[in-house]
Amino acid sequence: MTFVILSGIFALAPPTGVHAFDTPNDGGGAITIEWQISADDETIEGYEIYRSEDGKEFEPVGFVGRGRTQYEDDTDDTKEYVYKVAALQNSQTAHSEPTPPIRSRSQWFDMTSANLLIGVIIFCSMILYFINQAKKGKALYIRKISGLDAVDEAVGRATEMGRPILYSMGIGRVDYIATIASFNILGEIAKKTGQYETSLLVPTSDPVVYTVAREIVKEAYATIGRPDLFDSDKVYFVTDSQFAYAAAVDGVMLREKPAANFFIGYFKAESLILAETGASTGAIQIAGTDQVTQLPFFVTACDFTLIGEELYAASAYISKEPLLLGAIKGEDLGKVVIFSALVIASLIGILTRFPILKLFQ
Amino acid sequence: MKRRFPLMLVFILGILGIMPYFVPHGGYQNFDNALRNDFIRILSAFAIILGLVSLMRVHHDKIRRKRENWQYSYVLIIGFVVSGVIGLLGGIKGEMFLPTNVAGFHFDIQTLYLNIIVPLGSTMFALLAFFMASASYRAFRARSVESSLLLSAAFVIMIGVLPLADRISTHLPSFAQWIMDIPNVAAKRGITFGIALGGIATSLKIILGIERSWLGGKE
Repeated sequence: MTFVILSGIFALAPPTGVHAFDTPNDGGGAITIEWQISADDETIEGYEIYRSEDGKEFEPVGFVGRGRTQYEDDTDDTKEYVYKVAALQNSQTAHSEPTPPIRSRSQWFDMTSANLLIGVIIFCSMILYFINQAKKGKALYIRKISGLDAVDEAVGRATEMGRPILYSMGIGRVDYIATIASFNILGEIAKKTGQYETSLLVPTSDPVVYTVAREIVKEAYATIGRPDLFDSDKVYFVTDSQFAYAAAVDGVMLREKPAANFFIGYFKAESLILAETGASTGAIQIAGTDQVTQLPFFVTACDFTLIGEELYAASAYISKEPLLLGAIKGEDLGKVVIFSALVIASLIGILTRFPILKLFQ
Repeated sequence: MKRRFPLMLVFILGILGIMPYFVPHGGYQNFDNALRNDFIRILSAFAIILGLVSLMRVHHDKIRRKRENWQYSYVLIIGFVVSGVIGLLGGIKGEMFLPTNVAGFHFDIQTLYLNIIVPLGSTMFALLAFFMASASYRAFRARSVESSLLLSAAFVIMIGVLPLADRISTHLPSFAQWIMDIPNVAAKRGITFGIALGGIATSLKIILGIERSWLGGKE
């Protein structure tokens, strides 16, 4: 009798308010279980989560330490589950009431990305607005990018010297944005080299990039009315091995002595190997990448470097096409908006530290 | 149609490529995964044949015309044939038909990779140290205000990370770290913002068919 009374007094309190729900904004396969901590939370080891498919036989599926109030369970979307949470203390357990049956589901929209989607829509609208302005014939001022102004000089120099131009797109795959930007620039440079009848060498490091680059050069020559200039051996695949590619391009630079080297695309550690070798041959060098860690190497070893978004703007800048220039204007406005938001947020952050502002609270 | 079809394809695939960022549904994620991985892998398998044909043609032409260093093209062609035979007959880890171990040499691709490609790659990577020295020399010549600033910052960081830096001044290591953490990161973030916005703009231009340089420009 005494034992029953004492165990009633010192009984472990179970967690309360246990509820399970389909984990939101996911692709299914997960249920979240939440509860309120046990009254004995400070003395227990933690909470064991039990799961049942039929509501009778429960099996432990997870454990979290004391103080925690949530657990995410991996599930099968085709089954319904019932959950219980138990507080554990030495060999004692105190089970909560079971939850109603619940099933996990896939969602079609991730609400946590809604702000990102709105931001992208606003930014895209700004770009489209400026493109529309350009379409109407409004003159748009674009700041000078010396690296791109030097393209004509580089092509002219190669023509005068009777030497080829080397265009390396680095080691990026075809789906890298830097490679895509590089394709756009390659098209413009191929047109210029075609107009001057200067040889253009394009060693590539990815078979898909090679295939696309070959078509771009071919199309560019066809566009300027000189399809006969296209030589399929000038655009070629070397290897997909990073340093073997660097060695091969170094070899081309030392043997063929190009008058101008373009390193535009996705580069990693080979950037400096290529740029330094190119510098030693005396070629005019123009580089561009979105790899922030490689930019210092290019800035050091090349004559001109397209930094970050200049790489994406290059095609528009070279072609001087009004619609493309409109897009650059939209990008710049996007930067102004972000920069202004950063300045305002920083100012608010700083000002709230001043005691005088507390007077207004 | 020759231009309209690729533009339509880019528009459809571009939109399909954006959607997975906002649609977590398992079915769509699986479709996207297949598109990104399986489809690109199949494309690459076909493209590599074209790539290898191109490589062989370039080197065959080099040998035929006896261009500068044409002898090395033989090394490439022989290496290509030998590794191709070993790969086809020996497999990746010697699981195919060739005897896997002859006089201590394993006839498989992994052996070739570990004993030839890796050391050669490491050799090229090691060259970076020398290139860094020559590039630093060029960058640190105090010719302008910018390069003088670069030189000063590099000097402070190089001294600041030395174990003896705090003997020179107790503030030196923290000042070096400050340069790395504040001005350096600030500049990097500025560039990163530009890259992100530029990436979106480039994608938008290509998806909407405004950017057509990859098609040879406007019709």
